[in-house]
Amino acid sequence: MEWEAVIGLEIHVQLATQSKIFSGASIAFGSEPNTQACAVDLGLPGILPVLNESAVEMAVKFGLGIEAEIGMKSVFERKNYFYPDLPKGYQTTQNDLPIVGPGIIEVEPEEGKIRQIRIHHAHLEEDAGKSLHEDFHGMTGIDLNRAGTPLLEIVSEPDMRSAKEAVAYIKAIHSIVTYLGISDGNMSEGSMRCDANVSVRLKGEEKYGTRAEIKNINSFKFIEKAINHEVERQIELIEDGGKVVQETRLYDPDKNETRSMRSKEEANDYRYFPCPDLLPVVLDEAYIEHIKADMPELPKQKKQRFVDELGLSSYDAGVLSATRPMAEYFEQVKERCGDAKQAANWVMGELSGQMNKDGVEIEQSPVSAEQLGDLIKRVMDDTINGKAAKQVFAALWAGEGASADEIIEAKGLKQVTDTGAIAAIVDEVLTNNPQQVEQYQAAPEDKRGKMVGFFVGQVMKASKGTANPQMVNQLLKEKLG
Amino acid sequence: MALERSDVEKVAHLARLQIEENDIPEYTRNLTSILDLVNQMQEVDTGDIEPLAHPLDATQRLRHDEVTESNQREHFQQNAPATEAGLFLVPKVIE
Amino acid sequence: MHNKTIAELAQGLADGEFSSVELTQHFLQRIDELDSQYNSFITVTHEQALAEAKAADEIRAAGNAGKLTGIPMAHKDIFCTNGVLTTCGSKMLSNFTAPYDATVISNFKKAGMVSLGKTNMDEFAMGSSNETSYYGPSKNPWDLNAVPGGSSGGSAAAVAARLAPAATGTDTGGSIRQPAAFCGITGLKPTYGRVSRWGMIAYASSLDQGGPMARTAEDCALLLNEMAGFDPKDSTSLKKAVPDYTADLSKPLNGLRIGLPKEYFGEGLSAEMGETIMAAVKEFEKLGATVQEISLPNTMLAIPAYYVIAPAEASSNLSRYDGVRFGHRCEEPVNLEDLYKRSRGEGFGKEVQRRILVGTYALSEGYYDAYYRKAQRIRRLIQQDFLNAFNEVDLIMGPTAPTPAFDLGSNTEDPVQMYMEDVYTLAVNLAGLPGISVPAGLINNRPVGLQILAGHFQEAQLLNAAHQFQSATSWHQLAPGAGQ
Repeated sequence: MEWEAVIGLEIHVQLATQSKIFSGASIAFGSEPNTQACAVDLGLPGILPVLNESAVEMAVKFGLGIEAEIGMKSVFERKNYFYPDLPKGYQTTQNDLPIVGPGIIEVEPEEGKIRQIRIHHAHLEEDAGKSLHEDFHGMTGIDLNRAGTPLLEIVSEPDMRSAKEAVAYIKAIHSIVTYLGISDGNMSEGSMRCDANVSVRLKGEEKYGTRAEIKNINSFKFIEKAINHEVERQIELIEDGGKVVQETRLYDPDKNETRSMRSKEEANDYRYFPCPDLLPVVLDEAYIEHIKADMPELPKQKKQRFVDELGLSSYDAGVLSATRPMAEYFEQVKERCGDAKQAANWVMGELSGQMNKDGVEIEQSPVSAEQLGDLIKRVMDDTINGKAAKQVFAALWAGEGASADEIIEAKGLKQVTDTGAIAAIVDEVLTNNPQQVEQYQAAPEDKRGKMVGFFVGQVMKASKGTANPQMVNQLLKEKLG
Repeated sequence: MALERSDVEKVAHLARLQIEENDIPEYTRNLTSILDLVNQMQEVDTGDIEPLAHPLDATQRLRHDEVTESNQREHFQQNAPATEAGLFLVPKVIE
Repeated sequence: MHNKTIAELAQGLADGEFSSVELTQHFLQRIDELDSQYNSFITVTHEQALAEAKAADEIRAAGNAGKLTGIPMAHKDIFCTNGVLTTCGSKMLSNFTAPYDATVISNFKKAGMVSLGKTNMDEFAMGSSNETSYYGPSKNPWDLNAVPGGSSGGSAAAVAARLAPAATGTDTGGSIRQPAAFCGITGLKPTYGRVSRWGMIAYASSLDQGGPMARTAEDCALLLNEMAGFDPKDSTSLKKAVPDYTADLSKPLNGLRIGLPKEYFGEGLSAEMGETIMAAVKEFEKLGATVQEISLPNTMLAIPAYYVIAPAEASSNLSRYDGVRFGHRCEEPVNLEDLYKRSRGEGFGKEVQRRILVGTYALSEGYYDAYYRKAQRIRRLIQQDFLNAFNEVDLIMGPTAPTPAFDLGSNTEDPVQMYMEDVYTLAVNLAGLPGISVPAGLINNRPVGLQILAGHFQEAQLLNAAHQFQSATSWHQLAPGAGQ
């Protein structure tokens, strides 16, 4: 039996506004408890909400970014339930008429495999506060600073078939919202939070299985783990003759497991109805056009441009356009050195390798795009060879010099291209290794290619790596006969 | 349409209202008669009449995105029944 | 001094006949002496009132006085008043000191008016008799055995008993007009969106509207000038210029077209009541108006539609009273659910609980379409009735309530019986129209109110008609016998 996972995601993106969605309180992260909870956020008697124009604009930008239908008339509703972090006893959210309608996001979870993930809709809503469970004499503390922070909830169709696809999808959303500048996308501060609806079915089956909703997955790493774990749990359960129950489960990253949230099991009846304190949000074409004119180039368009204009492969273009900082870095390197392919190779090769090794993001790279571009220039104009270039890069990464040229000078890595000088070294190497010369000359033609490598190595060593490798090869072939 | 005691109990739970045992029959009677009154609406065919949520067909005005509120925690928490370290206290929430 | 209208008091202050401090002291003294029998105030703010009066006198001395500077008034205890107890007539908020001012309150403060205190009301404005107040019922100054009406009963009683020259009220289904009628004063419910709801504790958000209650239409016009206006803090407030509501008061009524809805004069209206109202209508004819019968065919559906929409919105609006951030909290809750259920069960009175239960039921799964959405469709029918009528006539007239003030305790057994009292007023809130109740006679020494309705934002026309009527009649000058 071959099982297939069916995954749909609800992603809450915190919008990068100055103030809250319905009040003039700040949304800055990390302030003292309840110092950013104004009368509206506390739900004091008599307060009223007024909608933040930036929140609307950001939601529309997202909608345009995924080429979705924009809800020209959207309506805020109240979702009624009691919880201490929900001050008014209802969450103001959109339900029947969301601001962003259906759209599509293209993801490439692995090279050459392109998947279309449909977005059901995206809607605006207010965030809740936080419950702090540290012990206050057996009580829970409530901080309402986060209450009223604007969220865009992006709801996908159940179009993902593996945890890997889910991660690719979240990364794509992350990329779009950060490209658009509508969210800082900071997952550790909760700027992007994800709930996953996971079910399994036999491959080829059309009907969906019963799904469980996994809450509280707040990093790319955990998303993959949490979903994989849940998929395995469900398969095991069914294969053992059990049944998946529809429920909410909480992911515990420490134990790498999901567990049932009993407190939320009770069937909820949210009693949605249009919020009588807010009026329908009505947009017109002129407004949409105005926002369109203000849209930056998005990852999808950028990727296409990298392929069409720079001649990169689809996969390389995808990687380099995946995040806004990555794309910006790459484009600066390219501008500086003038060669897109070289720039792509260096960014995806040496630079990404170092980043992974040291666990740093591109924003923190100790090698700036200018430095890397200059380094590539020196390779392209034959000032240094590839091997020396790696040395220079390592030195730049380690902070041993301010520029490639400085390091080349200091380490004497300038490539030797003078035929006479290289010929002298070649002669010296051949004289010092008569036995190898003899063996080489005795060997059949088809074996010689490999054997020449020994002499190349010796020459390079003798030149401290500065000899031009092509010239070395050429001279060796001539002299060895 | 007569409501059952269990209907009242269910709705009271949804609304988080503690209702005295003795009062349930009265509430059940009251609610039944209110619903009978309200059900007069069902005699009218309202077909595809657009529901009216607000008396004036106005649309939402948008607020300029700026921070206008400053910290008034001490002022607001004067009305709070239980606080500590700037937090509102509630009985332990179990997730 | 207490028998003067605001217009007269303003003249007296301007002429230096008396100071605001003297005026304020006079009313505070009357409240202290007389209010034990009316129970019209929940809180009297002696010191603050005198401080405000003193400040008003200083402003006047400096030559910066406005028309209403230094005039005292009372506020329904539904308006948040910074630093002053704001209870909404409920045990739930019996310990709530509002930390900010409602826009209506700050508007009157800006006008230099003096606040005497906060008036009694039905709990969370849910009631037609003032009997649901946690602070006990207010009494009708015309007859202490009668209710003052509700929910703004304390405001109406205070103005009728001359404890305050004017007061604010709020009207969700008749809560300004009906108590004004019962207490023989003038009460105006403005168009929905005309007066800011910021700081006005919500009962049913799409119906609630604040308005002035005073002895004359002219006073109401003076008060509305300060009260009305666009408020950026209220999304449902209309960005529409406020005219001077006193400008048209003296306009003659020649050619004014008055419509009498046949549904308002049918079954359920006593002959005596009908005659009293028709006598008032005759006065308008004498003033040059023409009268015709009209029909508002969906009138009777207003009650069921209202008793779905208002409780539904209320059930959600009142969810914030959970014992966490403000308001009543039960003793030693054992867990979260206990905190919620006992705090709310203890903090809310029966009528409030009933309406929360009805509203919760109407919104719950499986019933939403049959109740809430259906009621909203009917709401449009009702509004359409009025819009059609206003194509033919300028104003609509009828009784404010089916009867004069009823006896305390007579309608408390069956909530539905009480709801029927609002038959003539509810539809106006559903349609968002302005309406005014003016004194139009007495039956068994209890006042009768004439209700006048106009199209959206036609308050000036309403006030003009009411003022012309009051210029020709003296019903509004009658004072209750008690407490004189």
